[in-house]
Amino acid sequence: MRRHHDMGGQPAGRIDRTDHDHAPWEKRVDALLRLLTDRKRQIMTVDELRRGIEGLGPGAYDQLSYYQRWMASVGENLLEKGVITVDELGRKMAEVEARWRAEGWSGKEPS
Amino acid sequence: MTAHHDHGHDGSHRHPHQPDIEDRPFEYYQVMAEAVGELLIEKGVVSAEELRRAIEDLDARSPALGARVVARAWVDPAFRTRLLDNANAAAGELGIDAGSIPIRAVENTPRLHNVICCTLCSCYPRLLLGVPPDWYKSRAYRSRVVHEPRAVLAEFGTLIPDSVEVRVHDSTADLRYMVLPVRPAGSEALSEQQLAALVTRDCMIGTAVPTLHPA
Amino acid sequence: MSDAFAIGQRVRVRAVYPPGHVRTPHYLRGRHGTIESIAGHYANPEELAYGRDGLPKRALYRVRFHQSELWQDYVGSAADTAVVDLYEHWLEAENS
Repeated sequence: MRRHHDMGGQPAGRIDRTDHDHAPWEKRVDALLRLLTDRKRQIMTVDELRRGIEGLGPGAYDQLSYYQRWMASVGENLLEKGVITVDELGRKMAEVEARWRAEGWSGKEPS
Repeated sequence: MTAHHDHGHDGSHRHPHQPDIEDRPFEYYQVMAEAVGELLIEKGVVSAEELRRAIEDLDARSPALGARVVARAWVDPAFRTRLLDNANAAAGELGIDAGSIPIRAVENTPRLHNVICCTLCSCYPRLLLGVPPDWYKSRAYRSRVVHEPRAVLAEFGTLIPDSVEVRVHDSTADLRYMVLPVRPAGSEALSEQQLAALVTRDCMIGTAVPTLHPA
Repeated sequence: MSDAFAIGQRVRVRAVYPPGHVRTPHYLRGRHGTIESIAGHYANPEELAYGRDGLPKRALYRVRFHQSELWQDYVGSAADTAVVDLYEHWLEAENS
């Protein structure tokens, strides 16, 4: 059985060569991962990041953007390792969202 | 490009967000990224300063670093030999910290054209080339380049004659790869700096070859 | 302990299909190639992926495959190759 991310040789269409600038939040994800995996902390490895991404399953893997997949995996890994708790993360996410709404942003309801 | 501010960008923890000129929806993972960052800072796992510096370092990495290494290899045969032996150390000679993950330079010749990919994810020599382009990480590239490299290269406008071997490197493990392209004919009079300007990111991935007049 | 395979040796990629974090691409399972070089010795990513140390380190080989052998419908030169980094435990000697 071939796992979804293991796509070498699968049929695919034209390569879309448009590039997008990295949004600040995407750089933040990248930087967080770099720090979490560095020698000082060694909280996570890139292998764990990848395993988390691979485990998202075909639907999420294709629907989420690159850094969305990274963030999903980082969040899952940090929860698994007990670095943060579900409760802490839930409360903080609600706080961030409320703060951003108060500052004048519209937002999609998180699913 | 959004106008969001990163918390910790200037060391301060709370920082007012400024909406884009057009209102832009934030979304779940963006909220999570913000929340996780704040929690990690609150817990002392990372500092705001470390986060700021890590983002700065990200921004400092670009293909210009790899281009300098290539240009030096073109003008200095002994450096070229050292580059092929150990790209991290060779980059270090030019004051570039290429990190601890081994990067291997693979040399194009008149008989061999190399192209890099990571079919399983997006492994890329980031410390020498910066972040990979979206297309490198795309389903289409990752699926097709190992199977039909010449058709993929043709999409990029790069046609390799059948007399030249096309070699695809799939970075599945601990090594990262960059292509050392062939120095273009007619470039003999150019300075090292001018040579570096000919070396684009795509030349070091292998989807393009350097020409005297890069697009 | 010495490495199992030598440069120039013909090897076969094991045709097994476990779940988990595997860094041997599906398109190579059961395929034959030649050891091009030894890339070094590294901790096993299959174990690192689950937070274990992945030790002892194992040999990582650069294995060269002929594209015309990998793909029935390959379009290109007969000389075209793919070189992929594969861990020792995913390879076996061709005639074993």
